[in-house]
Amino acid sequence: MSNVVVPTTLDEALALLAADPQLSPLAGGTDFMVEVNHGARRPVRVLALRAVAELRGWRRDGDVLVIGAGCTYVSMADPAFAVAAPALAQAARTIGSPQIRNVGTIGGNLATASPAGDTLPVLMALGARVEVASTEGTRTLAVDELITGVKRTVLHPAELITSVRIPVARGPQEFCKIGTRNAMVISAAGIAVVLDREAHTVGCGLGSVTAAPVRATDAETFAAEAIDWSTLRAGAGTTERFGTLAADAATPIDDHRSTAAYRRHAIGVMARRALERCLS
Amino acid sequence: MTDVATHRRTGAPRVGESAPRPDGVAKVQGRFAFSSDLFAENLLWGQTIRSPHAHARIIDIDIREALSLPGVHAVLTADDVPGELHYGLEHQDQPVLAADVVRYFGEPVALVAADHPETARRAAAAVVVSYEPLTPLVDSALAAQADPIHPDGNVLRTLTIRHGDLDATAAVVVEGTYEVGMQDQAFMGPESGMALPSADGGVELFVSTQWLHADRRQVAGCLGLPEDMVRITLAGVGGAFGAREDLSLHVHLCLLSQHTGRPVKMVYRRPESFVGHVHRHPARMWYRHHADTDGTLVKVEARLLLDGGAYASSSLAVIANATCFAAGPYRVPHADIEGTVVRTNNPPCGAMRGFGAVQSCFAHEAQMDKLAAALALDPVELRRRNALATGDTLVTGQVITGAAPVAEVIDACASHPLPDLAAVDEQPMMHRPGGAGRTADAHHVRRATGFALGFKNLLFSEGFDDYSSAVCRLENGAVTITCACAEVGQGFVTLAQQIAREELGIDEIVLAPAETATVGSAGSTSASRQSWMSGGAVQAACRAVRGRVLQQVARRRGVALDGLVLRDGIIESLDGSVRVDLADAVDGPIEETAEYHHRPTQPLDENGQGDAHVSFAFAAHRAVVDVDPELGLVRVHDMTTAQDVGRVLNPLQAIGQIEGGTAQGVGLAVMEELIVEDGIIKNRSFTDYLIPTTLDMPTVRIAALIEEPEPDAPFGAKGIGEPPTISSTPAIVAALRAATGLELTRVPVRPQDIALPRS
Ligand SMILES: Cc1cc2nc3c(=O)[nH]c(=O)nc-3n(C[C@H](O)[C@H](O)[C@H](O)COP(=O)(O)OP(=O)(O)OC[C@H]3O[C@@H](n4cnc5c(N)ncnc54)[C@H](O)[C@@H]3O)c2cc1C
Repeated sequence: MSNVVVPTTLDEALALLAADPQLSPLAGGTDFMVEVNHGARRPVRVLALRAVAELRGWRRDGDVLVIGAGCTYVSMADPAFAVAAPALAQAARTIGSPQIRNVGTIGGNLATASPAGDTLPVLMALGARVEVASTEGTRTLAVDELITGVKRTVLHPAELITSVRIPVARGPQEFCKIGTRNAMVISAAGIAVVLDREAHTVGCGLGSVTAAPVRATDAETFAAEAIDWSTLRAGAGTTERFGTLAADAATPIDDHRSTAAYRRHAIGVMARRALERCLS
Repeated sequence: MTDVATHRRTGAPRVGESAPRPDGVAKVQGRFAFSSDLFAENLLWGQTIRSPHAHARIIDIDIREALSLPGVHAVLTADDVPGELHYGLEHQDQPVLAADVVRYFGEPVALVAADHPETARRAAAAVVVSYEPLTPLVDSALAAQADPIHPDGNVLRTLTIRHGDLDATAAVVVEGTYEVGMQDQAFMGPESGMALPSADGGVELFVSTQWLHADRRQVAGCLGLPEDMVRITLAGVGGAFGAREDLSLHVHLCLLSQHTGRPVKMVYRRPESFVGHVHRHPARMWYRHHADTDGTLVKVEARLLLDGGAYASSSLAVIANATCFAAGPYRVPHADIEGTVVRTNNPPCGAMRGFGAVQSCFAHEAQMDKLAAALALDPVELRRRNALATGDTLVTGQVITGAAPVAEVIDACASHPLPDLAAVDEQPMMHRPGGAGRTADAHHVRRATGFALGFKNLLFSEGFDDYSSAVCRLENGAVTITCACAEVGQGFVTLAQQIAREELGIDEIVLAPAETATVGSAGSTSASRQSWMSGGAVQAACRAVRGRVLQQVARRRGVALDGLVLRDGIIESLDGSVRVDLADAVDGPIEETAEYHHRPTQPLDENGQGDAHVSFAFAAHRAVVDVDPELGLVRVHDMTTAQDVGRVLNPLQAIGQIEGGTAQGVGLAVMEELIVEDGIIKNRSFTDYLIPTTLDMPTVRIAALIEEPEPDAPFGAKGIGEPPTISSTPAIVAALRAATGLELTRVPVRPQDIALPRS
């Protein structure tokens, strides 16, 4: 058997995985190959996902956007995608460099499960459902069910992430991220704020300030109640309070990228600004 | 007789014209062979075993398992070093391989050679080194009093400058304490090279480096070989910026090759590279400036403390620069300055573009702004009032005899129109502070400008007899130049040809490979010195060849020597009786070797006084920055600069040096820092050691290149590589202070320094 297998259908890919526990899935390779080069991963055999048709691209299914696990960040720059999922398109645009966005995938971002994964706060804020499949069947998980800690997921070796489902935008959305450089930087803190004008709910996901993905639920509840949904306005002090509550949900650490105090502060400021932008 | 008309010049660039780089297209297309691309038949791969501790005693090194692995050909330790056990640029204190103590994180302890790089890595992992960890000395302020961590002691050098009346004071006094973090040169091409055994029992080394002959001296010493049995050839260099002045893998490669009798190659990976070369010295600086109410500087007091890390490297010269230029390019009649560089268990620090002047410039420019504020004077005007000029005396007592167009530099930069920037609310969000992260709306952003002036010495100082050598050979009308000058990106490959064309009037100039066997030392590609020193050597060698050609023609044609001119490859007599092509003018080849020395300098005396420097170069920067004070994020939009260059030899390369040097200054101002905790570097990758991207890099506008010829220098040209790195950083921080009202006494300025200044 060759060291690299290149299935073209999902069934084929899942069968290969089921048959060979030493087969590692490879999508864009932008996390995978970095680990190989650093000696942190020694793959025995590789399952290349690039040619699996079912995993590629995205489509609209009524009120739901179905994003293939192999959907690249550059595909999310499509204006039609940006209308349906503004915050995710914004997050995708901040990831890496053009070279990374050309090949990096949302499935890889989820499976890597880094606290700094930039799609994660958006998917949390949107209440995304992640579909996972093996030859045994499929299951659907929330992002915080899939990811349980720093670089930890509940994926079995024989499972693949196949798609991510998110609601088509029903209101304003914002994504912001901070790093000590204006582009191509790992997030020191990130935030997504999503307003649903029909359900009258607010979603707020935090990035790089918790070990596993979280929503700032107190901030969400507060804002949902404070917003006048017919006009998309809110009383004085709403955005400040929202920022404070979002910052309270953060449990950041000091490391070589930033300090806990700055990260918490930044979450508060970004949450406030993001909500300001969402309100009229 | 040949039809001389066909030999008119083709338009190949001469001195003063923009010469495109011969390797430019190949580099852009990925076809240039860097030192990491070297290959030989029968190649082995080397790997270094390094200390995981910042300070530890080596109890035992067990190589048995590694040696027993299939494909492993050698495992070497300090016991296998046949010659001198230590090397060093200025002071021989660094072990080739640590024997009993390791003094910094990443210090080489053992070496492996194997038939595959992966086998070599696995073998390296199988070498068992037992350490007894020792408490690392990591606080430079404690080093002088602490137990010595090296037999040579913890104080590498203290330099005291006492000039004028030490008790002098004046109406206005400002004081401040400043800090500079550890910057890395961040070259793209990691350390790499290949050594091959040669037939005579010696060794041939292909390596990317800055000074071939200094490498040869040290390598030969450690191998216990005479220098002529070590032959070093420059391999394709992927950037240097000072980080390749010290040895890295040079001796290691040669040891492995000598031991195995086979070619051995090594390529550091990025995390290894970050511990495999020296960095810019972190600095802590205290300053007190005294001035009259009209802004005239009266006295500067300063105490500088640089952290040299575990070994000396070029610390002795770096502290000299930091101290000599601590008062800035200003007339300062009284000075009390002390600079100390100490040894710690932090990563070794050494040469980096700007070489000590960067650190003190950050401090003296902050002080000048503070003084301007105290005097309610325009900061530019304060600098103008105190600017050095030719004939002025430095705090070292040296009188500036060369060009010092400091006022011109200030005026050109300050009077250049401000950039035509879009208002913040008309800019795309991407161009605001925070960039792609979409953090700032227009009303969060404040825009401000800052100004700074800097200077440093060119060439080596303090009595060092510095020289460069070049050979010019004329044969069949073609010229070959041989010089061991290391091309590290600075552009000697174009300049050598330009100079030879200029002197000989021949367009076809071949530049031979830079190596140690065919020519004497060219000195280091550092200290902004190669255009002057190796340019001077090439010029002198070409002139010697020209002289011999004209002599031969004069003798043969029976004309007066001083009536002959060589122009565009044609030798003509003024009376028109002689007109001969250079190719036909002489019998056989003519070869001349020249050694170019700059004028001698003196050591500094116990008061730091003396004519220690050859020449000085000055630059000013004005920065326009946007800041988001609440998040502490910054976008530098524009850097306008003026620089004292003597004469522009290649306009395209002058711009390249200024843009590149400014980029490194931007990096130091707002992002570039090696984070070292307890001696361990935390960000040994380009994921976390951040350098500016295109969204961080400002537009660089050159207000003026001031061309006041330097009397001593070939073509009147000064070196231009370093000044752009010196004044760019303080100009940006001055703008950040203006925008935020914060003191910002440390670089790089981190987001939390602005957003949470009291935390
Ligand atoms: C220079 C650079 C910059 C970067 N910048 C950013 C950034 O700004 N923000 C950010 O979030 N990330 C960044 N990254 C990280 C990386 O690009 C992203 O995490 C990306 O989404 C990974 O996707 P990929 O397709 O390349 O995954 P791969 O590297 O191919 O795979 C990553 C992991 O996911 C697994 N995997 C992949 N697909 C599946 C699947 N369908 N089912 C199950 N497991 C799967 C692989 O086995 C592997 O363990 C950067 C990386 C680099 C090298």
